[in-house]
Amino acid sequence: MTTTILISIIMTVVGASTPILLAALGELVVEKSGVLNLGLEGMMLIGAVVGFAVTSITGQPLLGIIAAALAATASSLLFGYLTLTLTANQVATGLALTIFGIGLSSLMGEPYVGKTVEVFGSWFPDSLAEHPFLRIIFGYSPIVYFSLIMILVVSYFLKKTRAGLILRAVGESDLSAHSIGYSVIGVRYAAVAFGGAMAGIAGCYYSLVLTPLWSEELTAGRGWIALALVVFAAWRPSRLLLGAYLFGAVMTLELHAKAAGFSFIAPELLAAMPYLATIAVLALISLHRSGGTAAPACLTKPFKPTA
Amino acid sequence: MLIELQPRKEPNRLMLYLTPVIAVLATMLAGGILFTLIGHDGFGAVREIFITPLFDPHKWQDLGIKAAPLILIAVGLAIGFRANVWNIGAEGQYVVGGLAGTGIALATWGMEGWWILPLMCMVGALGGALYAAIPAFLKTRLQVNEILSSLMLTYVSIQLLYYLMRGPWKDPDGFNFPQSRLFTDSQLLPEIIPGTIVHLGVPLAFVIAIAAWFVLTKSVFGFQIRVVGAAPAAARYGGFSAKRTIWAAMLIGGAFAGLAGIFEAAGPFGQMVPQFPTGYGFTAIIVAFLGRLHPIGIILAGIILAVSYVGGEIAQTSLGLPNAAAGIFQAMMLFFLLATDILVKYRLVLGPSTKTGEAA
Amino acid sequence: MSKNQEFRIELREITKVFPGVIANDQVSFKIRPGQIHALLGENGAGKSTLVKMIYGIMQPDEGQILWEGKTVSVTSPKAARKMGVGMVFQHFSLFEAMTVLENIALGMDASISQSELESKIREVMDVYGLKLDPHRIVSTLSVGERQRIEIVRALLLEPKLLIMDEPTSVLTPQEVTQLFQSLRTLSATGCSILYISHKLHEIKELCEEATILRGGKVVGECDPRKETSKSMAEMMIGANLKQISRAADRKFGAMKYVVNGLTQPGEGDFGVALDDINFAVRSGEIFGIAGVAGNGQNELLLALSGELPVGDGKTILLDDMPIGDLGTLQRREAGLCAVPEERNGHGAVLDFSLTDNAILTARNRMGLANKGIVSNGNAVAYADQVISSFAVKTTGPGSRAGSLSGGNLQKYIVGREIMQQPEVLIVSQPTWGVDAGAAAAIHQALVDLAANGSAIIVISQDLDELLSICDGMAVINEGRLSKTLKVGEVSIDEIGLLMGGVHGDPFATAEMSEAVHAH
Repeated sequence: MTTTILISIIMTVVGASTPILLAALGELVVEKSGVLNLGLEGMMLIGAVVGFAVTSITGQPLLGIIAAALAATASSLLFGYLTLTLTANQVATGLALTIFGIGLSSLMGEPYVGKTVEVFGSWFPDSLAEHPFLRIIFGYSPIVYFSLIMILVVSYFLKKTRAGLILRAVGESDLSAHSIGYSVIGVRYAAVAFGGAMAGIAGCYYSLVLTPLWSEELTAGRGWIALALVVFAAWRPSRLLLGAYLFGAVMTLELHAKAAGFSFIAPELLAAMPYLATIAVLALISLHRSGGTAAPACLTKPFKPTA
Repeated sequence: MLIELQPRKEPNRLMLYLTPVIAVLATMLAGGILFTLIGHDGFGAVREIFITPLFDPHKWQDLGIKAAPLILIAVGLAIGFRANVWNIGAEGQYVVGGLAGTGIALATWGMEGWWILPLMCMVGALGGALYAAIPAFLKTRLQVNEILSSLMLTYVSIQLLYYLMRGPWKDPDGFNFPQSRLFTDSQLLPEIIPGTIVHLGVPLAFVIAIAAWFVLTKSVFGFQIRVVGAAPAAARYGGFSAKRTIWAAMLIGGAFAGLAGIFEAAGPFGQMVPQFPTGYGFTAIIVAFLGRLHPIGIILAGIILAVSYVGGEIAQTSLGLPNAAAGIFQAMMLFFLLATDILVKYRLVLGPSTKTGEAA
Repeated sequence: MSKNQEFRIELREITKVFPGVIANDQVSFKIRPGQIHALLGENGAGKSTLVKMIYGIMQPDEGQILWEGKTVSVTSPKAARKMGVGMVFQHFSLFEAMTVLENIALGMDASISQSELESKIREVMDVYGLKLDPHRIVSTLSVGERQRIEIVRALLLEPKLLIMDEPTSVLTPQEVTQLFQSLRTLSATGCSILYISHKLHEIKELCEEATILRGGKVVGECDPRKETSKSMAEMMIGANLKQISRAADRKFGAMKYVVNGLTQPGEGDFGVALDDINFAVRSGEIFGIAGVAGNGQNELLLALSGELPVGDGKTILLDDMPIGDLGTLQRREAGLCAVPEERNGHGAVLDFSLTDNAILTARNRMGLANKGIVSNGNAVAYADQVISSFAVKTTGPGSRAGSLSGGNLQKYIVGREIMQQPEVLIVSQPTWGVDAGAAAAIHQALVDLAANGSAIIVISQDLDELLSICDGMAVINEGRLSKTLKVGEVSIDEIGLLMGGVHGDPFATAEMSEAVHAH
């Protein structure tokens, strides 16, 4: 009995963690290239609504996910055009993207409010996915496995590949990279687009997997938590995994506390826990940090070649 | 034909003031096209959102009471943005300010006296400032990014509001609705134009903006804010402490947002309700940028954004446009402003750079 | 035309125009294989623009580049490297948080395995006598070591032409000797070297031919070995060198500024800790602090000026008054002004007007603000005064600091401090990146201020500058300051050894000087 509860707790935590993991992973790559895209929440919402709409029209969740990734990438390229080509302030542009995403998603989502789509469930046979024990391995949406694979891919990319080395170099010193002859803007566009795609997939995870029912602003600030997660992880993909699952555990606290009968704790306090925990974690890591941060040196610095 | 950007030696003053106007016009054009494309009456929407409120005298009072909190919050934020302090949790400071003032209202419930309202306003401002002190502390002591901390606190403040409304502050005679008692006459902002909904908070917001303009342009403190934002190392060299500047900017931003909060509670709402957070704290970010972080510009930008709010409501009833439409127009204004910003520091040149050297 | 093939590279009437300025105006010269060719010119003469075009970072508007007799168009640094051009930048193109190996890999165009790259690096280091640990993080390396990364990176590509942009400005005299040794070895293998500098004695020592640029134009070509430094300097500047005028029999007054055992931990990850620094400056004296960049000069300036106050007030005395625990504002009131090394964003705010930049540091001493309110009229008047007294070229006090040339902005900053009539003035790198005319004006102003009884401390990496204006000096190395040396009695070799970190340790000194004299 307790094992069953434990398994379902673990599964809810993994479920709640996956979207922030994906979004944070994309943002990590963006920040490694020296760009801060605060529009994560907006891009996730765009992904969520496009994913939902396409799935509901076509009945194909896979098409929905691809459309979500493409739509969020398009919005990230808008951010890229403003900040990279027109050198607009990255913080302000990111905020604008979030405000835009909130508006666009509720506009596009209007016809779908309260409607449902079929859950994007497991691809494994029910004998595995619904098995009382094995479901802890096989019982997830394909996006969960995708997020884990992407952690490995991004880790390998940043550490072992030449393209990853160039991306880090661009984030470390744009001027040096430019004078050796790398295209700073080009690398950053690519990173921003990747971040957009990840955010889009993360967003549609909310509307297609977690709660396959459309409601406005269903990401509820998780995009901002994903941004904090990147800081927590000190820009290292492996620590992102740990951090995401920790945050996932806190986020599902409300659920578990109710189930366990801790009704004396105000539900509002539990609902505020993820945000309080984020602040606490940001404060704690800076206590453990000696001197400077691990942040890429060029983060938020606009780059304009003089030639 | 290539368009090339050439850096200007001096920022172009004309463009500095012209670009917000260009941004608004571009938004009207692009927004009209966008909404037409997705199957609405696009230019009808533009007319209803941007024009109708200006020519309908019945709507002017709505403009006033919507512009006031936007201007007040945006002026506070602009002080921070100038100093490179990115307080984007004004919405939370607005809520906590409203709650703090409401606390005084509930504590003085049934009492009468001229002192109650000023006390509510002071405590409201203080509440907002104290709530902004948390990110200020985290930033100056632990280098925690204020963008993230102030934003997280917004979500926390909303849960605090829900808790108080469902629990301790619920109106005992309110049929179990989650909202506070109605404020009494001693606790409500007086109407300054009889027969309208324009309350004392509206002129006060304008007065505070003008005072801020004086402080920012004429005082050493205003200079300090600008130096810390433009060049932190130069600020230290000139004898200005970055930490104190962060504290000042956060506290002022929080106090103004808190004041806006209690003005709303003691004005249009007349009580505290769960629907209190209406997004003014976020829209004020757009107001601050559209107003070029300048208090006078912010007054104008605040009115424009108020127009879009009021117009959004008109379009909702007259054209059946969704509620979110106004938000999209608002975000587009910020996008276009940021995009045209480059015209201030760069000039557009057609074709490849000229061969002959211009006079230096 | 086949005769051209005896040249490795030939530039024909290269012209490059920026908005409002002609950076290069019909520049032509040729370099033979194995030749060490100097490109000589003042700051702003157009040297950097020219080499950026050879290296493909910029394209010329007019003119041709011939490589081994054939017209080429160098479209990118990658194309330049493929052709056989290597480049060592003045402002290093390195990545601080990465390893030496990663930095070198980034400069290679083909992807090769780490181990293969590492063995190649060791090979090159052996041949040219360069020492480096491939696995160190760049931020932990000295400036000299960082330059070696750039050199190794360039040499790995087996260049036929190596461009060196102001390579010695950050090196000790001994390191310069070592570098020249490596460059001669390289040229003996047939590699051409384009050596960019404004240091005449180095060019005389190293180069066989020189092209002199002024205002973007070639104003002369010569064999530096046959010229005097003075004749080349006059070609470079286009006028006679102004001598600094100062009294020969200078008398010093009372102790003005005394530092007693200043010890301060380093700031952040890369800061240098200051260790027991002692010196004293008298009224009327100019005291120099020499040293290679990154040995604690920045930290020392911050502690001396009050940007980072030290715990104990008595550590620093101004006219016997303890000021160590005071911040910049109170120290200014006590009569201490300072000019930091970095103009952009430290000494001045580039986006502010000159008037606002006057308010930045002169508001209290010169009455530009009163009871918290800025007096714009006074500020404009003061800025105007600085502009006219120091002949700052600008359109007026309202112009943006960033619109001024480096030399003019530096004159404005130094002038802004000097005209506050400080009791003590601390200046870091007063003439860094400044043309000769402005440098002479700044030196003269410092000498005049001292003659009026102020005490002046000059922190500089430019030994020639210190030797020409200082009365006494000391050398800073890894946060420690040497004993005070008397200018006129100390040899360059001795200063060089101190800069390299030999603190009167007799054994090491002997070893080092042997190494030096062997060359």
